[in-house]
Amino acid sequence: MTAVEIAGVGLHPFGRFEDQTATSMGVTALRAALDDAGWSIDDARRRVGAAFCATAYGGVAAGHRVLGGLALTGIPIVDVEAGCASGGAALSLAAGTIASGQHDAAIVVGIEKMPKGIIRSSFFAPWQEQSGLAATPAYFALRAQRTMHDHGLTKDDLAALVVKNRGWGELNPNAMFRSAVTAEQVLGSRLVCEPLHLWMLCSPNEGAAAVLLRRAEGGSGAVQLAAVALRSHLPGHVLDESTPMAGLIDDGDITPPTTLAVRDAYEQAGVGPDDVDVAECQDTDAARELLTWSELGLCAAGDQRSMLHGDRGQVVNRSGGLLSKGEPLGASALGQVVELVGQLRGTAGARQVDGARVGLAHTIGRGANASVTILRR
Amino acid sequence: MSTYLDLSSDPALIGGFSPSSGRYHFPLATVCPYTGADDVEEVRLSATGRLWAWTAVTAAPPGYEGPIPYGFGIVELEAEGLRIVTRLTEPDPSRLEAGQPMRLVADHLPGDLVAWSFAPEEASFATETSS
Repeated sequence: MTAVEIAGVGLHPFGRFEDQTATSMGVTALRAALDDAGWSIDDARRRVGAAFCATAYGGVAAGHRVLGGLALTGIPIVDVEAGCASGGAALSLAAGTIASGQHDAAIVVGIEKMPKGIIRSSFFAPWQEQSGLAATPAYFALRAQRTMHDHGLTKDDLAALVVKNRGWGELNPNAMFRSAVTAEQVLGSRLVCEPLHLWMLCSPNEGAAAVLLRRAEGGSGAVQLAAVALRSHLPGHVLDESTPMAGLIDDGDITPPTTLAVRDAYEQAGVGPDDVDVAECQDTDAARELLTWSELGLCAAGDQRSMLHGDRGQVVNRSGGLLSKGEPLGASALGQVVELVGQLRGTAGARQVDGARVGLAHTIGRGANASVTILRR
Repeated sequence: MSTYLDLSSDPALIGGFSPSSGRYHFPLATVCPYTGADDVEEVRLSATGRLWAWTAVTAAPPGYEGPIPYGFGIVELEAEGLRIVTRLTEPDPSRLEAGQPMRLVADHLPGDLVAWSFAPEEASFATETSS
């Protein structure tokens, strides 16, 4: 297998942009990634063998519109949808074309311009919508209630998680919400579905991110793509992101998709959870991030509170997480990669984790799909 | 909805059972969702269970025209080993508690839609509120 490294990364800020289309944001992010790599468009035309565009709402040939905006068509361009893990899925496919020796370089771009409010998609059948069973935040709330019960957490801990992420988000110029908040403000925000208040939930929004991958050039000093893994759910967990109508009471032996993916990724990279210096993980809601910590092995189940209130919790979601950035589905996983590349290069400014050498990015969402990417420098 | 809920007598959810896997499932599927076994039998699931998780939906989700708020939760059917995602008749989360007995009811919604829902068992509820 050929080693793969990150030649360049680029981002269009996450937020709401009335004057931008998903395509124009994608072009901005991709152009920034080429600039970051020091590649001209001519360089890209010569070296890039394929492009993968992550998007859930971008429509037919979304990637072709982005690549066409920089005169980069002619190569295979494939749109990739895997819910919140779309960017991880696209990254995995692109890396595979290089690792297999098929291409020397590949483009990964994620774009999204989402409707406001609860995410509506073709995921639920009409009868489920009419029955009130497409209430996405309610599923998050049920999982939050059980996570609090099983891991000894309270609403105050959920609020503290939001305070942590929004505190880092204040320092991220590419985030949508750039103000620190207090626990009192979080608990005083509108109750959406008990126990989740509005500020404990991430906002669907708009944005784009791009990653340029190339065959590793020894001694380049570039950030290495040490692992990228994508997994789906095993059936039986009533509260997993596949959103089933039923599950098994006896579900203790069913490994969640995040754990399936991270085991693959740790094995590929030859590292374990204690080696992770900085992580970006899915904070769809505050309880989701806390549950994810144990699913990734960053802490033992039930130890989230001590991690949250200690230094270790502060290395997770230095970007501010989705709670600060918002979640443009196709772009979010690649946005995490952009953040981690900055951390590993030591250019993350006020958000820098000193001396970070191993970074882990995680998403979990509809499907269910989970992606885990490990970067190393 | 007739594929999910049998209203011919007392309401019952329609699920499946695979003798070879020994597992029940809901809704009824063509093969056992847990093992792929191809021997699924249609069954009426228990109409009583215990509350495992609950919340309330405070704003109408996409495509929904029924009353707001409404209860939403998961009820365990111990006999079948299943946890069922369901509407709840009680929209106030503070009036519900873990493990309380629940009973299946038909919930009539706009557009002649009949959804499944679970209601607190009246007797047990009276006992709990008086204690």
